[in-house]
Amino acid sequence: MAITLTVNDEEVTLDLDPDTPLLWALRDHLRLTGTKFGCGIAQCGACTVMLDGFAQRSCVTPIGALEGATVQTIEGLDGPEAEAVQAAWTEINVPQCGYCQSGQVVSATSLLREVPKPSDQEIDDAMAGNLCRCATYARIRKAIRQASDSLEA
Amino acid sequence: MHPIVKPAFAPRPTRRGFLAGTGGLILGLHLAPQARAESSAPTAPTPGAFVPNAFIRVAPDDTVTVLVKHIEIGQGANTGLPLLVAEEMDADWSQMRAEQAPSNPQLYANAAFGIQGTGGSTGLSNSYMTMRRAGAAARAMLVSAAADLWGVPAAEITVSKGVVAHGPTGNEASFGALAEAAAKGPVPEDVALKDPADFTLIGAEGITRLDARSKSTGQAEFTIDVYRDGMQVVAMVHPPKFGATVASVDDSEALAIPGVRAVRQLPSGVAIYADDTFAAFRGRDAVVVEWDESAAETRGTDEIVETFTAAARTASLVAEEAGDADAALAGAERVIEAEYVFPYLAHAAMEPLDGVIEWDGSAAEIWSGMQIPTTSHATLAGVMGLGQEAVTINTMYTGGSFGRRATPDNHFAAELANVAMAGGPGAYKLLWTRENDMQGGYYRPLTVHRLRAGLDGAGNITGWVNQLANQSIMRGSPFEAMMQGGLDPTSYEGANDLPYELPNRRLAWAEMRSPVPVLWWRAVGHTHTAYAVETFLDEVLETGGRDPVQGRLDMMRADRPRDRAVLERVAEMAGWSGPGTGDRRYGVAMARSFGSYVAQVAEVEDRDGAPHVTRVWCAVDCGLAVTPDVVRAQMEGGIGYGLSSILGEAVTLEPGGRVAQVNFDGYTPLRLPEMPRIEVSILPSAEPPSGVGEPGLPPIGPAVANAWRALSGQAVRRLPMRPA
Repeated sequence: MAITLTVNDEEVTLDLDPDTPLLWALRDHLRLTGTKFGCGIAQCGACTVMLDGFAQRSCVTPIGALEGATVQTIEGLDGPEAEAVQAAWTEINVPQCGYCQSGQVVSATSLLREVPKPSDQEIDDAMAGNLCRCATYARIRKAIRQASDSLEA
Repeated sequence: MHPIVKPAFAPRPTRRGFLAGTGGLILGLHLAPQARAESSAPTAPTPGAFVPNAFIRVAPDDTVTVLVKHIEIGQGANTGLPLLVAEEMDADWSQMRAEQAPSNPQLYANAAFGIQGTGGSTGLSNSYMTMRRAGAAARAMLVSAAADLWGVPAAEITVSKGVVAHGPTGNEASFGALAEAAAKGPVPEDVALKDPADFTLIGAEGITRLDARSKSTGQAEFTIDVYRDGMQVVAMVHPPKFGATVASVDDSEALAIPGVRAVRQLPSGVAIYADDTFAAFRGRDAVVVEWDESAAETRGTDEIVETFTAAARTASLVAEEAGDADAALAGAERVIEAEYVFPYLAHAAMEPLDGVIEWDGSAAEIWSGMQIPTTSHATLAGVMGLGQEAVTINTMYTGGSFGRRATPDNHFAAELANVAMAGGPGAYKLLWTRENDMQGGYYRPLTVHRLRAGLDGAGNITGWVNQLANQSIMRGSPFEAMMQGGLDPTSYEGANDLPYELPNRRLAWAEMRSPVPVLWWRAVGHTHTAYAVETFLDEVLETGGRDPVQGRLDMMRADRPRDRAVLERVAEMAGWSGPGTGDRRYGVAMARSFGSYVAQVAEVEDRDGAPHVTRVWCAVDCGLAVTPDVVRAQMEGGIGYGLSSILGEAVTLEPGGRVAQVNFDGYTPLRLPEMPRIEVSILPSAEPPSGVGEPGLPPIGPAVANAWRALSGQAVRRLPMRPA
């Protein structure tokens, strides 16, 4: 069954089993490898992408439900919020092993698009679904605040 | 990994390869660079490059690429080692690049191990002089080339931020412009290193990690991101109990799944070969395996704990002894006793174990994150029946490890080789699921401590006995040859050589056996010894009417000034005035591990009946801090990883032997809302650099537990603190 959707501003057609998780369609078939596999059950957030404008776990999203959908992966993430987040991430040296950071950056970007000046509680709530075993959490908090400040300036 | 161990099977470190015979090696590599991704794996040098030694390449475009002999697993090797080179070369930080060195123990051995490997928080410390010498040699060759070119004395030439200059004549050249000429010059035998007073990069703030950008934009290339033409994805079904083996396989349902190509029985389990990951994982779910459990671990955790506890009570293999501890306890005014139970822990790195292998029947190329490439290399070649020269290993960026990818038995390398052999010539990606990882063993050893202390009438500690029981990490591995007197130091490290004056003391160990494989897990033995010692000591000090900080200082050995200094510093940072009285309480703990000294104070409150840590102060003495921001990041990470484990992590076996935890729903690491604010102070030091990857971890558990006891009155002696 062929499914047509927009990925990073390009229309793509996927002729795959409709049960195929978006994660594996992106990675194995579109070779967009920035989105990572961590658990397969939406518990770790490494596979987070933007789906129709909202952060979504691609490992539990079957492509059969995505006809006409719009997907942005870390490779196609753009706009002022994404740029501010990635600049802050680099400047503050957030990443250690780096494996979870694509998902963290997508979640943080999604947060700032919806809530430009998030409170501590809003940051905690928005980022609680993204695990980081290197525990870069303190720097993630700091980078989100810095990105938020830079957008305001 | 433990820093002391030197594998008996390993060649001794040699300097012979340091500045010689490197061109052929580097030119011999043949990994095609991928245009879109930033790969950490080695690439061939560009034509016209200057390759002064096995560690450095200077390209005509002025970039300086350092071949990093340690795997980048998050700890910052790909930043720290290039920084040492840049310092001695007087390069500009912006021109530095990092690549992972290939597997070659002659060129890239860890000076602490004698083979190529990363662990024991030794990466920076063992590279400190080697990389500086490499950088100084490259600088000398560039200067010599410039002197010849300009016809001026080399002594009049200066180098700063990547620019070679001769003041009197006004000549200037970049590294790239001199690269071709420098490559023709002789390699200097001996080079002078900088006076530390002249360092401009070592110890500097504002250093951006070389991998920060690529890891923030999805461009960093990990093993899981490697795709080869015609590559099949392979998923594994492993035994549901440790020590079980395959009895029979029904692959009919699996083979009926579109995209599943084959099902093969391997020594480690059953492999499903498929066209893509989704098909491989579906095949994994569909294959039906009968297991032979006759040699399997069938005890549940409760039964194992019971056995280990009984063994701890009678542990008699003495690891350390002084004075007469038994007489001291017998004559004590008061004896305090406590038993502690620490669970198996999974490393649960974010990237599950994975590797890509491609072979044509006579040669094999591997992409993976292997912490001990030298022994993995031998295992891969051995299983495949190939000469080691026919096997190439590309070390990729790795999504965490925490010890998991440093397996002395090389079980994953063997499985990868077996996947290739059973599949025939071609390309394969072996990708474990989270379930394979969580239930696959190689855990932090389950450990039981029994502690006793005797006090005199004035509250002084007169006797100290620590008995513990756990499995040996070294037993059954190549490291077993180093077990002297039957002792495995990784089982009890941190419970011996305490910084405190304890004239009558004994440390005794009982070695336990189980088919459950155990492994070093970030900070290894210190993960439980620091908790047992520092929480027990806190209770004993309180019984004796002592303050936790002052009580420790009063007992501090005169020959342990660095321990004293970090404790005094952290007390100052936290404004220590005791455990406190209100809704927030304070706990302190300290530990020396992997050559570094760390003391921490935790601020803890009660949230729904469980500890919530709001702040942590951390003082660290790691010798010279080469990259202070990386030191801080490793302290933060160690605190987070340690806090995660003591709050909510445990692998448990159900009665019968199955692992109860399957994925991150049942095994629950720390999440962002639980991360405390952390303040790190690095003590100034001129001592050589020591480790930071692990030492941040040991004190956090006992610091939190001590604060929690002050708040709740409960001494937590069975971990984790809030079971799932």
